[in-house]
Amino acid sequence: MHPAPSLVLFTTLSGLGFGLLAWLGVAPSPPRGLAGLGPLALAYALCLSGLAASAAHLGRRDRALKAFSQWRTSWLSREAWAALATLLLGGGFGLSLLLGQPVRPLGWLTAAAALTTVLCTGMIYAQLRSVPRWHHSSTPALFLAYALTGGALLAGQRWPALALLIGTAALQLWVWHDGGSRFARSGSTLASATGLGAQGRPRALFPPHSGSSYLTREMVFVVARRHASKLRVLAGLCAFLLPAALLLLGALPYFGLISLASHVTGVFLSRWVFFAEAEHVVGLYYGR
Amino acid sequence: MTDHPSHTHRQLGLVIDLDTCVGCQACVVSCKAWNSQSQPSPLSDQDPYGADPSGSFLNRVHGFEVAPEAGPAQLVHFPKSCLHCAEAPCVIVCPTGASYKRVEDGIVLVNEADCIGCGLCAWACPYGAREMDMAEGVMKKCTLCVDRIYNERLPEADREPACVRSCPAGARHFGDLSDPESAVSLLVEARGGMDLMPEQGTRPANKYLPPRPRDAWQGEVDVLAPWLEPVAEEPKGLLGWIDRTLARL
Repeated sequence: MHPAPSLVLFTTLSGLGFGLLAWLGVAPSPPRGLAGLGPLALAYALCLSGLAASAAHLGRRDRALKAFSQWRTSWLSREAWAALATLLLGGGFGLSLLLGQPVRPLGWLTAAAALTTVLCTGMIYAQLRSVPRWHHSSTPALFLAYALTGGALLAGQRWPALALLIGTAALQLWVWHDGGSRFARSGSTLASATGLGAQGRPRALFPPHSGSSYLTREMVFVVARRHASKLRVLAGLCAFLLPAALLLLGALPYFGLISLASHVTGVFLSRWVFFAEAEHVVGLYYGR
Repeated sequence: MTDHPSHTHRQLGLVIDLDTCVGCQACVVSCKAWNSQSQPSPLSDQDPYGADPSGSFLNRVHGFEVAPEAGPAQLVHFPKSCLHCAEAPCVIVCPTGASYKRVEDGIVLVNEADCIGCGLCAWACPYGAREMDMAEGVMKKCTLCVDRIYNERLPEADREPACVRSCPAGARHFGDLSDPESAVSLLVEARGGMDLMPEQGTRPANKYLPPRPRDAWQGEVDVLAPWLEPVAEEPKGLLGWIDRTLARL
């Protein structure tokens, strides 16, 4: 799949923002008054910039509000609703912090809504049977794990962040390992795609168009796959190894900042790989 | 609206004969032409006369080679357009309700006025049947020429999809696949029509007829064949002398 910068940005930034909101919502002693608004503002900035990046992906931004209509069937529509609910609930919680009277249940609801939003984002990809690497329960699990890890780092939760870094790293390593065989396990081959398996061994001889098309640019995007293994190593180092080592070394304040920057860079890279190495079954028709 | 209808009164669709398709691309051109003039917005091209032309097409013809266990490989021309699936994954994922499957005839359509161009339906389709119109920013797909098949202003012979109408080889057939007695259903039954990627669970309406087995050489080809053997295996005369001389060098 084409790793559209708008989608890589959106999933990374909004994941971080909603993860941070989840942590802020369940914090046992939330900071009151103006001090409580700082982290909340950061979470909102991340969520909103992520949502803006996703709007950039649309062909007709003027009709974006129509995306709220099909929540009964569409995960994309559910994501829109969950994001809106999170931002409204978080706003109410923020107001209660500002007034010095934290309404704890509002915080818990914010956290639940934030995680639901991330779950919906993951389900948008996991529901696609046409992309076997994504069509798996580990896809939303990984999105949630990344959001919680990034949120914990942003919220300055040292030990939970360390535990989550280890857990998410383990899950990500397994997904990279298992994802490689999912296409073969899906059973889709050129023989099933053309129905010509009974006649012999089919081979894509020539494509239907000599130039590129929306299909080849969007779904049969193979350029980025070449560097997937190098990017995985880099992503693993940046997202997990370096932040975990820094967290273990000491509680110096700027260590937290460096580990956060490193983690975000790593998440960007892993998200790029997530899109770039996902093979769509339509590629079979093009022999790729 | 974006849920699948529990039942469709009819299921219109295409039956494509891979045995007779000659790969002339007439269906591709007639589809492009009809859908560029009949729809709210034309099926756009980008840089059509430049160095890197590209554009939206609703029907494309691939070329595949099939190599049997024994014997020569066979070339198969393979037209591909929307298969108007019963379990259309493109319809379910649509966040706006722009994509829908019609109850009356089973055609899968996009309401362009509701489409936000998010592209998720094109991702969900395993067949690559949907293409974004880069000029309009909305998704385009085969409508089964819904504006031809019911159009009483057209002569009756033209009330079928443009691709079917223009096929010079009779490789494309149009009809109601939910009716077991229809001409297309009988054709599918007689020729062993098949679904593409049945493992994707889409239950496509369009069916493909497999190529018939090709003739093979068996036994003596022709009683005259022995007489057609080369007569002079060894060169004689001047040519023979040149041959021997050169061989000795």
